[in-house]
Amino acid sequence: MSAETREPRKFLDPYLAGVILGVVLFATFYVTGGGLGASGGLSHVQTGVLKLLARAHVDRVAYFADMGGGQRNSWANSTVYMLVGTLLGGLVSGLLSRRVRVELRKGPRISSGVRLVMALLGGALMGYGARMARGCTSGQGLSGGAVLSVGSFAFLFAIFVSGYAVAWFFRRLWT
Amino acid sequence: MAPFDLSTLGGAVVSALIFGAFGFGFGFVLEQAGFGDTRKLAGQFYLTEMTVVKVMFTAIVVAAILVAGAANLGLLDMSRVFVNPTFLWPGIVGGLIMGVGFVIGGYCPGTSLAAASTLKVDGIVFVLGALVGVWLFGETVGGFEPFWISSAMGRFTVPDWLGVSTGTAVLLLVGVALAMFAGAEWVERWKARRDAARGQAPSVPAAPGRVRAARLAGAGALVVVAALLAVRGEPTAEQRWRWTSAATKQLLADRTVLVHPAEVVALRQDVNVRVQILDLRPEREFNLFHVGEARRVEAAALERPEELKALLDRPATTVTFLMGTGDNRALATWQRLEARGVGNLYVVDGGANRWLELYPAPACVAERDMAKVEGAGAEAPEWRFVYATGESLPSAWPELPRSHMFRFPCRSPEPAAEGHAGGGESHGFTWPAYAYTKHVKLQQKTVVKGGCG
Repeated sequence: MSAETREPRKFLDPYLAGVILGVVLFATFYVTGGGLGASGGLSHVQTGVLKLLARAHVDRVAYFADMGGGQRNSWANSTVYMLVGTLLGGLVSGLLSRRVRVELRKGPRISSGVRLVMALLGGALMGYGARMARGCTSGQGLSGGAVLSVGSFAFLFAIFVSGYAVAWFFRRLWT
Repeated sequence: MAPFDLSTLGGAVVSALIFGAFGFGFGFVLEQAGFGDTRKLAGQFYLTEMTVVKVMFTAIVVAAILVAGAANLGLLDMSRVFVNPTFLWPGIVGGLIMGVGFVIGGYCPGTSLAAASTLKVDGIVFVLGALVGVWLFGETVGGFEPFWISSAMGRFTVPDWLGVSTGTAVLLLVGVALAMFAGAEWVERWKARRDAARGQAPSVPAAPGRVRAARLAGAGALVVVAALLAVRGEPTAEQRWRWTSAATKQLLADRTVLVHPAEVVALRQDVNVRVQILDLRPEREFNLFHVGEARRVEAAALERPEELKALLDRPATTVTFLMGTGDNRALATWQRLEARGVGNLYVVDGGANRWLELYPAPACVAERDMAKVEGAGAEAPEWRFVYATGESLPSAWPELPRSHMFRFPCRSPEPAAEGHAGGGESHGFTWPAYAYTKHVKLQQKTVVKGGCG
């Protein structure tokens, strides 16, 4: 195989990708009555892991008990199936476009170690904020926006305001 | 009508496969859009590229048009579609936290999955971080629960907020999105000029003319479709009724919707059910007599957004009865509300006329005007009251023992007629037990909460 054919393919035009994503989102609403999302699946996976480690604790904390308390199987949930599907979809897309490879993406001025610490920290903030807002960018912003929920637009606005407000302080990470 | 009840469609496995398939499409598009690469996402906040805004808002607008269009054509029952309930301040604070997380971590939860699936190490670590984050939230939310459930506004959409039709709101959204895209393109061109002046390659190469023309055509199509929706306006009551399920129409056809007053009384005693009675009669009749805790409301007012929202947001254990003087007005109202997706809704059979026939007021307070008796359905009050009793008579509370709580207006001797109670203090008196067929079936709305449930 020559080096040329191993080059990753180009990304989709953003507007075209948006149209396809919109159609997928509509189909999800049309068939299931709910939208797309990721943070719910993460939360259910996490509760299931916690249940393996500390069963009694899951039963005691109302928030976890709601998902995995008692006989409830936290993993047998529509959000988890969607999460697995999302990972598979990303993988297949990556394989078709030759983008599946172990690598680390970061800004030019920081080390890989810093990037990983920041990814972990940012992920934790994202997870925490997503549960506070009852949904992540996809589940609350995208899906709620498509059904015109006022709270979802307020939420999206808050994300962008906060992101632009702190971007300057973290510019070393990315530029 | 869509959406479908997946629990009856083919069991747990089919349901899992369906959710998996939609997730697959989601992950596939995110990866194709380039959201597996953190620099494309972070670029949004450093104005190097505007892909996030373009993809996200195109998707929102396209999905909003399709959802609103399907609902407008009667293909999608919006009352069964999950609309993220608005909790304004927790949503905003959560969004502010996520904005910081976005800039530090370079992904959002959905895009981090696309990155992790293509083996980007930072994406995998971000997913682990997100798992820690959701865990920490579960551990700490108990400490600020009052805030987390504050500013709850329920199902609150832009059309409700602005008081416009769904089509108009979608058209507005299209306008805002197109303005944002124009802004995004402007920023990218400005950045490209600056890069060129510094002798660098532009971070986003300019799109060829063919692509630009296609984009403009797409934008035009969005505006036209949204404008069509806005012009069409909301569906009429007749259209909505035509779209309601056969099961609902059957309720009306076989008169199951009419509930015997004795069943209403039995439900009022049931601690597991909350009974709500909406009295549609004119104020004068309502003041003369109404069933205990009934609320008077104009039939037309029930379709106002705030009333409709309250009806749609009722807990699944609430059953609502409409009550008229006879049946006709309540049945017409029932039909209109059912067509809007209000479930667990019934009509008190025979209205106030029949209620007073079964649970009569003391003879010294009210008597039946036989000249007015026109049979079920008629909206003429059959009972003449001496004064306004409101809900002070035992007849208003047939489920309560008559031996206490009530002050009796008169001490007229008890008429001996079968089952009929007159006035007077008759300790130990109970209303006759009427035989009836149960019509009320509480229905749980199965609403999928989407990816964030």
